Amino acid sequence: MMEHLKKDLVIVGGGPAGLAAAIAAWEDGIRNLVVLEREHQAGGILRQCIHNGFGLHRFGEELTGPEYAQRDIDRAKELGIPIQCDTTVLEVTEERQVTCVSEQEGLQIIDAGAVILSMGCRERPRGALGTPGTRCSGVFTAGTAQKFVNLEGYMPGKRVVILGSGDIGLIMARRMTLQGAKVLACVELMPFSSGLNRNIVQCLEDYNIPLYLSHTVTKIEGRDRLTGIEVSEVGPDRRPIPGTQMHFDCDTLLLSVGLLPENELTRGANVTISPVTSGAEVEDTLQTDRPGIFACGNVLHVHDLVDFVSEESFRAGHAAAAFVRGNLPKAETVRVSDGEGVRGVVPQKIRKGISEEVRLMFRPAQVFKKASAVVECNGREIARKRAMIFTPGEMAVVPLKADVVAGLDGDVTVRMEVGS
Amino acid sequence: MLEERIITCINCPMGCRMNVQLEDGAVKSVTGNTCKRGETYAHQECTMPVRMVTAVVAVKDSPMPLSVKTRTPIPKAKIFECMKELSRVTVSRPVHEKDVVLENVCGTGVDVIATRNLL
Amino acid sequence: MTDLIIIGAGVVGCAVAREMSRYNLEIRVLERGHDVAEGASKANSGIVHAGYDAVPGTLKAKLNVEGAKMYPEMCRELGVPYRKNGALVLAFSEDDRGTLQKLLQQGIDNGVEELRIIEKEELRSLEPNVSEDAVCALLVPTSGITSPYEMAFALADHAAVNGVAFEMNTKVEHMAWDGDHWVLETNRGRTEARMVINCAGFDSARLHDEISSRKLHITHRRGQYYILDHPDVLPFDRTMFQCPTRMGKGILVAPTVHGNVLLGPTAEDLDDGLDTETTQEGLDAILKACRLTWPKVSVRTAVTNFSGIRAHEAGGDFVIGPVEGAGKAWEAAGLESPGLSAAPAVGKMLAEMVAASEHLEKKAEFRAPIPRPRPFNEMTREEQKAAIEKDPKMGVVICRCEVVTEAEIRAAIRRPVGATSVDGVKRRTRAGMGRCQGGFCSPRVVEILSEELGKPMTEIQKGSEGSWLLCGTISEAMGGQEA
Repeated sequence: MMEHLKKDLVIVGGGPAGLAAAIAAWEDGIRNLVVLEREHQAGGILRQCIHNGFGLHRFGEELTGPEYAQRDIDRAKELGIPIQCDTTVLEVTEERQVTCVSEQEGLQIIDAGAVILSMGCRERPRGALGTPGTRCSGVFTAGTAQKFVNLEGYMPGKRVVILGSGDIGLIMARRMTLQGAKVLACVELMPFSSGLNRNIVQCLEDYNIPLYLSHTVTKIEGRDRLTGIEVSEVGPDRRPIPGTQMHFDCDTLLLSVGLLPENELTRGANVTISPVTSGAEVEDTLQTDRPGIFACGNVLHVHDLVDFVSEESFRAGHAAAAFVRGNLPKAETVRVSDGEGVRGVVPQKIRKGISEEVRLMFRPAQVFKKASAVVECNGREIARKRAMIFTPGEMAVVPLKADVVAGLDGDVTVRMEVGS
Repeated sequence: MLEERIITCINCPMGCRMNVQLEDGAVKSVTGNTCKRGETYAHQECTMPVRMVTAVVAVKDSPMPLSVKTRTPIPKAKIFECMKELSRVTVSRPVHEKDVVLENVCGTGVDVIATRNLL
Repeated sequence: MTDLIIIGAGVVGCAVAREMSRYNLEIRVLERGHDVAEGASKANSGIVHAGYDAVPGTLKAKLNVEGAKMYPEMCRELGVPYRKNGALVLAFSEDDRGTLQKLLQQGIDNGVEELRIIEKEELRSLEPNVSEDAVCALLVPTSGITSPYEMAFALADHAAVNGVAFEMNTKVEHMAWDGDHWVLETNRGRTEARMVINCAGFDSARLHDEISSRKLHITHRRGQYYILDHPDVLPFDRTMFQCPTRMGKGILVAPTVHGNVLLGPTAEDLDDGLDTETTQEGLDAILKACRLTWPKVSVRTAVTNFSGIRAHEAGGDFVIGPVEGAGKAWEAAGLESPGLSAAPAVGKMLAEMVAASEHLEKKAEFRAPIPRPRPFNEMTREEQKAAIEKDPKMGVVICRCEVVTEAEIRAAIRRPVGATSVDGVKRRTRAGMGRCQGGFCSPRVVEILSEELGKPMTEIQKGSEGSWLLCGTISEAMGGQEA
């Protein structure tokens, strides 16, 4: 029998989500907790996001990724929150037994009063796209390239094409250009970019990098190192249109084709995963369907703003603290579902009989202009949010006021409505 | 001299395509914007475009670089010159967040500062 | 002068090298690729075939059955994954049933045990995910799966422990008999040997034809594959074949020894032996054919797609033995499927031939292989704890998808024939084989390779020479000073 450690709360992942959750739980009086972080330093992916634009909502100023992360790290240090770095969690069980390994501590098994899952997300690699061609070097995910450039100080190539116009792809287009590489094009499968307009202007247009919408990479060439790629236009079915091929001579292809919550540990804990968000199904408390296991940040659903990650994770930390103290009784819930034009509403369940504000977050399935997100309960409208535009690239948030939540008497649906 | 420029507003996801009429470098009219913020942005962008520059600089005796930023935005036209100056900078430990890494980059009056600790 | 040069470090060349290392000889293996198993051995189905589908009386039939029987013990000895998972050949029509009857009879003639034809009901009880359209199947309980390149690595390591030298990135351009020895012209200069064994895979015919009047006709047949991420529950426990065609054993759906699911291969004859690219048509064809076996197939969880080349000899059989009309030269050519299954038997057969012909003496001591430690990922918690106590770097997980540790990666680089590239590390340890495809771990792997090999990061290759990953430091890229 191996000796088990006992902790009131174990937080898996020391990125912005895990740090915020830990701070919230500590502020609620939970002292016997630990943050397990696999990298050498806390901060998560923000460490390599050296560009600015983080924190406008939370701090009212624009910070770079490392600066944003440092604020939470400093706060955690000030409070005395233990962050165990260089530690990989191998398993979390349904019974909240956490197994982790590290060079310093060896293999540890921790029996946790509550667990917060905050492992973040990973990038979709080439294999997931099924792009045919050779398996030469020179095809990187944008994040891997970003790590090489910003953290390791190495350039992964000189002539670059970017597939995918999400923000990471756009940011890397500028980053590679500023660092002396030639970025030939940014290629986007969809008829619109999922990146912020600011990034399209300041990362592509500023440097005259063409953006090809409704195009994709149809072939990867090169026996050893990448020597070129073929790009084709795609039809409304997103399949390549024969005869539209263009050729680019390049030594590097960066992929920015989507992020996936990293939920292997979550699955191992028998937590129900939503096929839409690829994250856990949670209640408004961020508790999963396994008691005492919470999820927040990009492991729950991929956010576009770290400010929202922090906000969500503070709530998860407070809820986990309440659970540890026995103040989070099991409650009956109503179901929240995606209606027309809506994808992946989180939370998927709201406790009955509470009177607290609940923020519903989701992604519109397509671009909606002059539209409303409408929340209905038993067919009755209970909330509505109007906007000039809703796009899949930007998470929509619809708050339900405490009195509205208190009055929930059946399942809830969120749908998009154009006009009005 | 009359000039016409098409620019995209960056304030919100609408991304309004705006048509800006300029005369001798001064904005005469802005059309295509949906709200007031677009017009303000068009004025700024067409007369004095500025950008924050974020980058990394070399660290003495370490392959891992240090991330830095201009303390405030600098003229857009100076971006590459700024990068060139930064490529010649090598810092030594320790460096703290907000420490000045390079003063008055490219004569802009703006300092480049560290965005993380390097202890 | 070297006693023996073996050309090619595929699974066959490595099996031959290991068998020959039992004798008192100085042996070198010349490999044109950057690593062991760079040709067909790295990209095939990984099936240890039972031996029912080769024509009775052929070398294919004999060596397949012999080789397959050697696998379990050999894999245990060398620490290579192997699982006797069984196979099913599916019939979708009464015509197909005829084919199964033929395969059954062939199998019996070849000495394959336990074969029988099962009907739909039994088939569906064994493999509930199989298509409703399958009417019956040939059950092949002795079919197995292995990891082909890990087999080659283990054989090479064992040969090296017994004194065999491996020289990578060395392509034999020409060879000629010079009275009493062979002269080989390589891209790295001229070298000599008393004896040569040609195990050059798709290159074997080129070398054979230089020294023999009886020409070989080898076609390069490309097979494309999809590999899917390991599911919680495998869709099939057995290797699921369809009825064979003229071009090969048809498209299969198979579990791998590492718990992934393999779909493929296509069979396309090519002009260019190195053209291992995948094509949209090929990938579409795999999916279409797999749907027949597994209606619910989806490549949504695909980890990657890849292709391999098999060397098909026009005669349809393996060509093994002395090279006709040449001096002290032997060969193993045309080793398409079931080449992997037959490899151990091919090594043994060739070694016995050479030894008998040259009156070779066995060494006093044939050293045992260096044990290949069990992967961290497969250890029990107690074993993991003990392993980290012994070597703390065992507690540093580098590849999170496949749970591969720093200690394992360093060990793979330090093996007798160790990894020299990111792909070399990947195939030896599985670091980067998972769903993120090295996105997270490749920067760390490059760093570790750089440390272990004493080379700058910019000289570390993905695989082949020229497959660089980093072109310089960021300061160099800007024309500034060296960081």
